[in-house]
Amino acid sequence: MKGQLKFDVYALTWRLPIILWQLLFFVGPVVYMIVISLFVVKNYRMTEAFELVNWARMLTRGYFWDSYAYTLFIASLSATIAMVVAFPAAWTLAFRATEAQRRWAVFLLIIPFFTSYLVRTFSWYVILAESGVLNAMLGYVGLGPFKMLNTHFGTLIGYLTLTLPLAVILQTVTMANIDKTLIEAARNLGCKPFATIWRVVLPLSKTGFIVAALFCFILAFGDFVAPFYLGGSQEPTLPILILDTTKSGQQWPRAAVVAIMMMATLFTVAFTAIALAYRTPKGAKA
Amino acid sequence: MKGRGLNIALCLYVGLIFIFVFAPIIFSLIFSFNSQRFPTIPLGEFSTEWYVKIFNDEDVWKAVRNSVIVSSSTAVLATILGFCTAYSDFRYNFRFKGPYLALILLPPTIPLIIMALAMLAWLSRIGMSGQLWSIILAHSVLTAPFAMAIIRLRLHQMDPDLEAAAWNLGGTEWQAMRHVIVPFCAPAIVSALCLTAAVSFDEFAVAWFVSGLNKTVPIVILEIVQGNIDPTVNAIGTFVFLTSMTLVVLAQVIFLSRQIKSHS
Repeated sequence: MKGQLKFDVYALTWRLPIILWQLLFFVGPVVYMIVISLFVVKNYRMTEAFELVNWARMLTRGYFWDSYAYTLFIASLSATIAMVVAFPAAWTLAFRATEAQRRWAVFLLIIPFFTSYLVRTFSWYVILAESGVLNAMLGYVGLGPFKMLNTHFGTLIGYLTLTLPLAVILQTVTMANIDKTLIEAARNLGCKPFATIWRVVLPLSKTGFIVAALFCFILAFGDFVAPFYLGGSQEPTLPILILDTTKSGQQWPRAAVVAIMMMATLFTVAFTAIALAYRTPKGAKA
Repeated sequence: MKGRGLNIALCLYVGLIFIFVFAPIIFSLIFSFNSQRFPTIPLGEFSTEWYVKIFNDEDVWKAVRNSVIVSSSTAVLATILGFCTAYSDFRYNFRFKGPYLALILLPPTIPLIIMALAMLAWLSRIGMSGQLWSIILAHSVLTAPFAMAIIRLRLHQMDPDLEAAAWNLGGTEWQAMRHVIVPFCAPAIVSALCLTAAVSFDEFAVAWFVSGLNKTVPIVILEIVQGNIDPTVNAIGTFVFLTSMTLVVLAQVIFLSRQIKSHS
């Protein structure tokens, strides 16, 4: 009893700093953002209030819901594309490559994930332009020029720049951890290669794949650079809406409404995905 | 024979993925030495014009200085916070440990534009926005989870009895920390410093919102890009790529090399 009651200075030294820090600079900002969604802006100044005008205003506007639907759609589409495009590469790295090759591949793919996404997007802008590199190359084989900037295609290329390396890494690591004897067993029992992928590899990597897809979705859903610079923001996504509302007009409360809606959506998607990921399939035996 | 054809096709496919991933970085490098205002193929002449231009630009230098201050301070702060959390998680079981870990690990899953708005509103409320250190505060929250993850991975490789052995030999907890835990974690700490510095060096959304007039390098890039096409971006971009790639490669090499050594 005595030991428990004693104030453990050593333990608290390691435990407390982060609690205080995160309360002050993480929980504080997020909670305050929810609070300001109830404030009102008068004469370009935010004044404290407890009103639902911003909510009413944003949620009754057609452009908000258009933007919401478009953002959901394009983020889901890009997550799906990233997962599908990554799969053959990840499969190759997981099953056909040696341990050393796989390590190199992951090592290399981690690098772009942590290097300026902004500059990479700008580089795509130059590559995809009407008279840019890609159209010039296509011109040599008598194709094009295609309009790739300010289109959905441009936005998707931007999203993929962000998500594809991550999708390949997560898929590769997931599949590399599968017990190889299970796959050999399926082969020996006469399972065709594609059936092996469908009925053995994919079910065994379900959790990792759902987490990978979730990350791809979150990254695309929250990104404003790709739809802004490569998509031309003709159809503004929710992040662009936040940006515009905050930077021009000082309408922080309305931007907060959009941000809260985004967070609610992300939490719903994340919880559903994680529930799916860890659900044991019906009829499965331990 | 069929197997070989398939193998070649798959290898080509992996190659294509790598080209897609690295194309923007490589083209940025090529264009930065290209004389054309609007780069395309065939390339123009070799030129260092854009580098000379940014070299003589005072705003760029100021931004570089700001970025160095922000990313190095962030790295130190985030690594200390990450280390404390990783060690608490490794050593102790306590009530509300789940929420405790969530508190530090959640920030990177929230879109940066949302964090940017929340940080801007909150920091202005408490009178801390528009300063260089506002960016440092915000970045420390965003990058600490990376430091925590790296150091936690390293602690996972440590035999918990090692610390207990130090106590049995008469050391205090603080001495065990200083002579056992910290040296064991040293490679992970260095690697966390590099990685958090790289993330902070490249972050633009939150920095742009809370920095006021103190521009960092990504904010300068953002402003140039918003105007007309300006090839100086490729020169600055190449500098940014080199910096963050060096940091990320260092982070990985330092962490992995020690791991392989301790396995053998």
